[in-house]
This record gives sequence, structure tokens and C-alpha cells, in this order.
Amino acid sequence: MKLLKLVPDDTNIRFLRWRVPFYVVSLILIAASWGLVMTKGLNYGVDFAGGQEVRLTFEQREEAPIPALRDLVGGLGYGEPTIQRFGDANQVSIRIRLPENIEAIEGGANAVGNEVIAAIDAEYPNVRRDGNETVSGKVASEFREKAVYALLAAMLAIALYIWVRFEWQFGVGALFALFHDVSLALGMFALFQMEFSLQIIAAILAIIGYSLNDTIVVYDRIRENLKKYRKMPLPELLDRSVNETLARTVMTSLTLLIALLPLLLFGPASLFGLVAAITLGIFVGTYSSVYMAAPILIWLGVNSNSFVPEESVADRQERLARGEA
Amino acid sequence: MLDFPRWKKIFLWAITLVAIAAALPSITSLSGLKWPSSLPDPEVNLGLDLAGGSHILLEADPAEVAATRLEKLEEQVRDALRRNEPRIAIGDISTRGNRLTFMLEDPSMVDAAREAILPFTDGAGTVRDWNIEVVDGSRFILTPTEAGLENAIQTAMESATDVVRRRIDGLGTREPTIIRQGDTRIVVQVPGLGDPEALKELLGKTAALEFKLVVREASQDEVLSGLAAEGQVFPYAESAGLPGGVVVERLGGISGETLTEAQQSFDAQDNSPVVDITFDPDGARKFSRMTTQNTGERFAIILDDEVISAPVMREPIRGGRSQISGGFTVESANQLAIQLQSGALPVALEVVEERTVGPDLGADSIRKGMLAMGVGSLLVVVLMIATYGRFGVYATAALVLNVGMILGIMAVMNTTLTLPGIAGFVLTIGAAVDANVLINERIREERKRGRRVVAAVENGYKEASRAIYDANITNFIAGMLLFLFGSGPIRGFAVVLIIGLFTSVFTAVTLTRMWVAGWLRKKRPSELHV
Repeated sequence: MKLLKLVPDDTNIRFLRWRVPFYVVSLILIAASWGLVMTKGLNYGVDFAGGQEVRLTFEQREEAPIPALRDLVGGLGYGEPTIQRFGDANQVSIRIRLPENIEAIEGGANAVGNEVIAAIDAEYPNVRRDGNETVSGKVASEFREKAVYALLAAMLAIALYIWVRFEWQFGVGALFALFHDVSLALGMFALFQMEFSLQIIAAILAIIGYSLNDTIVVYDRIRENLKKYRKMPLPELLDRSVNETLARTVMTSLTLLIALLPLLLFGPASLFGLVAAITLGIFVGTYSSVYMAAPILIWLGVNSNSFVPEESVADRQERLARGEA
Repeated sequence: MLDFPRWKKIFLWAITLVAIAAALPSITSLSGLKWPSSLPDPEVNLGLDLAGGSHILLEADPAEVAATRLEKLEEQVRDALRRNEPRIAIGDISTRGNRLTFMLEDPSMVDAAREAILPFTDGAGTVRDWNIEVVDGSRFILTPTEAGLENAIQTAMESATDVVRRRIDGLGTREPTIIRQGDTRIVVQVPGLGDPEALKELLGKTAALEFKLVVREASQDEVLSGLAAEGQVFPYAESAGLPGGVVVERLGGISGETLTEAQQSFDAQDNSPVVDITFDPDGARKFSRMTTQNTGERFAIILDDEVISAPVMREPIRGGRSQISGGFTVESANQLAIQLQSGALPVALEVVEERTVGPDLGADSIRKGMLAMGVGSLLVVVLMIATYGRFGVYATAALVLNVGMILGIMAVMNTTLTLPGIAGFVLTIGAAVDANVLINERIREERKRGRRVVAAVENGYKEASRAIYDANITNFIAGMLLFLFGSGPIRGFAVVLIIGLFTSVFTAVTLTRMWVAGWLRKKRPSELHV
């Protein structure tokens, strides 16, 4: 049986030759992402902004009456609603942010939510209400806070672990790669104004975990090669390590991708954001493992002494000084 | 490395089979089959986002607990000093600034007054409830202690949780979950609930019931200003359909705490929905006295500071039974009956988060999720077998067992499968073969370097394991943070990821190694197709 080989044996691609341009591009992308997040902002869903999201299915219609709904809900005086198709043509999600004067309304977010539902029920008695989420401002701000902490804690804890298992340079490299991935994911959400919710935080944490799989595979090989080829210049050694692990990197990313693709294409609509974020994360994560996490080691001063215990480094230098080589 | 003694093989298979057996009830129920009731039945629960239902987060305002407590203290102090022998006259009583201050008219009574109020400021047990301070010889200042206030909030939340539970039981929904969360929150989860608004309505009312004598009708202006020299002013409830409100006597009256029973029924005369109530002996006595002494006058039925109705007492009511009427529908009467029967909430609860998923959407999500999972798995399997041949088959078998084991462990641990949890499954399927990819690629490499078959396999497993463990531990860190930070459905995602990390290492590394070892021993191949 002839087996499939996606990556030919003995590739010798000089990845690291382009490290400076790629770094420049990536740094620009990171800056652009944060710029987008700052200027355009993230399109917070009800989890983070507070407010209400109602999902409706108009069972007796081909298509949901989006303009009419916009007028109906907008007319309640809580500001312009965000109305999007959600799944099929007759399914919509209606999102209303918490009004500015929410403190003045008795019962807060819940009262607003009830009123919106009552108005929709009165106008469209036959509509199927698939879901309703109402989140108060206080809970939403707690979610925001916890999300930031969770992301920071995950990045730091993982970097710390890598530091302990490898060397500090590797910890910094992994942290930088993670920062790159998270930034770009946030940038994508800001650019396309996709709904940013708790699920997306879950996706980003998953990206952090899985993007690191590739990084660790590359790092593990770098460590191995550092011990094996003591005299090889670092850029060459990194290239060699990336090439040697290329088949695994491609395969692991590919299996994840093809598992997720059906979920992206015809999975439940409410999972789309989560799956889209993870899918993007796979691409970005694979790229960052090769182009962000590896080259940074050159600048951080990793060398053939990196994985040799301190004493023996001294011994070795002494030995070299005595000319014993 | 490739040496598997018989006991080890038996042990590994036993673990696998037990975990998979535990998954069977869930697999049958997810596919709509019936699991025989004579067998043990650990099952994966479906989250509300899959089964349909409501998740509601209620929150109490601690400031309100403090305010209610202060009011109660004022009442207790007034009462104690009035009842004291001799009576201790006070003036200038105020509850401003979260503390109670009052002045003794006779400064020589300071010690007696302190003695009189000590029993309810001292608190029970070791905690002091209020600090007493006397300034200028006769002015008492009572400030709440932190511990006392904390205690009060704890107690209020505990009893609020009970009330919530009783109210939801009154609805007759099945298997609700009611859990206290943090200091001031209660999570309510009701699977398969059709009408979350009724639930919110039911829980959103304090249901503090009072019967008070009416002095006179109040104009709308009086209601708005809330001031009347003769007593307290309460507005009419919306259901009463009357403008303005009533002025009632400040003191006296009967509170809803004396009710033992409340039931929705119909008025004998006009067949309108009403709530029948029954008082306990103490309440019955008070009610009888009130209706006897004030026949021909009106009393107001006040619920949560709104007047439901203010009927005239035509005759003394002695049996301890009465009826509340006032523009109810059957539903609202029933709701009030449940609320009264469960008792008043010691503190008002506000709905701060609600998530409801309709049952149709849940079923639709399962169907789409399962389909996507099936297709995704199939693609992964095809790719694995096409790339690694026999080793891909092993990886596939490991993958199937892996999914079964995750389900089984979830069932035994009684965890909940959510919609993001399905995404977690898919992600695990994609990532579980990672380990096999690492191992197989390494074996390829080792062969290329000219190692013999057995040594290549041995080295492949050994060398790849390092990266596999490191990768899984970092994923575990991310998963744990996800679990700690997330709630509800997101936790479901984290649970699947975390369990999947363990099972995938077990199936993808340990089990495949056992199979590969068995095959190598039996066939002694001279060449590997990997």
C-alpha cells in the first residue's frame, strides 16, 4: 500500500532566512490588531456588554422579517438593536445593549428583557423562541474582568511551565508566540466585528493550549539538536529543527482542521464564533510556532551551552582554555 | 518499552472496558434507545443549552439586608424600651447612616436602657451584632458590626435559597437545581422549562404580605410623596385598577409570616380567581381580634408595599381562614398562592443573568453537532489511515475508544454535556491523534536514520512522549483556567478538554503501544509501512 506523504522527506526549507521580514510583518500585525481593538473596539455580545439577545425562528415564513423587527424593537426606546440572521433564513438573533439609563429602570436588564420579549410575542404570536439571554451590567463587567484574568493567567502559567521544562528563553519565546496569537485573534474579532462573547474567550484559551502543541514540538527538537550538534550555528540549527518537525506540524494542524471544518460548515449556528476562532487560531498558532517562537531564541541568546548544567559549562570553558578542546 | 506482561495487558483492557461500559447508557439515551432499568445507569446529563431550559442568576443587595435589619432593630429597641419596667422614654430616634441613634429623655436610665437592648444587640454565640456607644450622657449610637452583618446576610441568603426552592417546587417543574453562589447569589437551573418569564416573575417578588387597617383613601399626590401624618401610604397594585392608594395605621396589623397555607381557588359569589389563606393559631387570634374590633371598616391587603385590595370587614372572621381577592387571573392567583405558601423572601432578589434555550433549538444543536462530529471523525480517520497505514488503524481504534472513555468518565463523574462540550469533543478528536502523529512521524524518522524496526518503534514512542506530555500539561493548564473561569456551558467545554487530555494520552500512547508491541512480536516484520 502506498502511503500518503504530505510533506516530502528531507525538506530543507530555509525558514529562518526570512525571520526579520516576518518579524516586521508580525509586529505590524500585532500593532494593527491592538490598534483595531482600541479604535474600532470589540463587538461585545451580551456576556460582556450586558443586555439581551433573543433568538427567534419564524416557522411559518421563508425569511425572517428583519426590517420590521428592527422597527419594532428599535421603537421600544432602548436604542438600535443588532439583528442578524442566525442559521437558516428564517432564524434571527436580536441583540439589544443595556440602555445608558439602566439604573433608572426598576428591575434593570431583566425588566428591559421582559419588555422586548413581550413586544415580540404581541407582534408575532407564532414565532418560536429558541433562546433568550439577559445579562445585567454588573455581571457583564465581572465576566470581562474574569476573562482578562483567565487569559493572562493562562499565558503566564504556560510560559512558566515552559521556562521550568526548557530554559527561560523558551518561556519568553512561548509567551511571545502566545501573545502574537491572542493579539491576532482579537484583531480579527475587531476587524470583522464578530460577536465577542464568553465562548470566544473559551476559544482563545483553547488556541493558547493548542498553539503551544506545535511550539513544544519544535522546541523539543531544538533542545535535542542543541545537544546533538554543538557546533552548528543557531539559525541553521533552528532551520534544521523546524524542517525535521515539519511533517508533524503539518499533520497535527491538518487533523485538527479537518475535524473542525464540518463543525464550522454545518455545525450548530451558536458554535460558529467558537469554532471560527479556534480555526483561525490553528493557522496563526502554526505560523507563530515556526516564525515567532523559534527565531526569538537567536535574539535571546540561546546557544549550545543552554542545556548543559552550569558547572559543566565552567568545566568545559576551563578545558577549552587549557586547549584540550 | 515494548514489553507488555500479561497482567499489564489485562489491566489496561480492564480500564478501557470499564470506562466504555460506563458510557453505554449515555450512548443509548443519546441515540434515543432505552436502557434497561435493571442495570446501573450512570448517565451524562445534557446541559440546558442542549436539553432546553433556563439558567437564572439571582442576586440580593447586601445594602438591603442591612437596611431591613436596621428597621427591625429600631422596632425591637422601641418595643423593648416601652415594655421595660419602668418604661424608658426615648426621642430623636433615627436610622440614618446605617446606624440607629436615639436619645433617652432621662439620662439616669442609661444603664437600664443598655440592659434592655443588650439581648438583641449581643447576637447569638460568639459574634456581637451591634456595637453600642453612648455619647453626651444620653445618646445611644448602635452601629452594626461587620461580623454581625455578614452573619445576617448569610442567614438571609440561606433562607432565601429555601424560599426559592419551595417556590420552584410549587411550579411542579422536574429536577430543578438551586445552588447558592458566592455571598449574595443564587443560581437556579430548570431543565425543559417552557416559560421562563413566569419563573422570573415568581422569583422576582418578595411576597411580603401584610394586613393593615385603612385610615382613608390616599390621593395620587400623597402616594407619590409617601407622606401622611396619620400613617403609612401605600399605592394600589396595578391589578387593582385604582388610582392613588390608601393610608393605613402605622402600628399593628398582621404579617404574612403567620400564614400556614395558601391556595388558589374561586370566589363563591362571582367565581373569580382568589387565594385562600389559613393563619396559624397566633395569626388566627390576631385576625379574629382585628376583624371583631373593626367590623364595618376596611383593611388593606398589602403585598410588597402595594395594596392588592382593601375590603370591608363585614363580620368577624374567627376560623383563621380568609380569602384574598383583587383582580387576579388564575395564573396570577396561583403564583401568589405559591409565593405565600413558600414564605416571603428575607431579601429582594434581582435577576442579573438569564439564559434560556428552547427545546427545539437544543435538539437541533445535538443533531447538527453529532453530524459534524461524525463527519469530522471520518475525515480524520481517512487521513490517518492514508498517511500511516497500519499505524493509522491503531490510531483510529484508539480514537474510537477515546471518545467512549470520555463519555464514560463524564457519566461516572456525573458531568454535563453542553453545546460547547460537543465542540470540545471535536477538538479532542482532532487533537487526540496529535500524539499518534508525533509518534508515527518519529518512527518514520528513526527508520530513515537506519534503525531496525523494533528499535525505531521503541525510540519513536520514547522520544515523542516527551513532547506529548509537555503539550498535554500546557493544555491542561489552559483547560483548568477555562474551568475555573468559565460558567455553565463553557465549563462543559473545559471538562471535555480536560478529560480528553487524560484519555487521549492513555489511548493514543499506551493502548497503541500495546497493540504495536503485540503485532511486532507476532509478525516480526522486517519492514514498517509508516
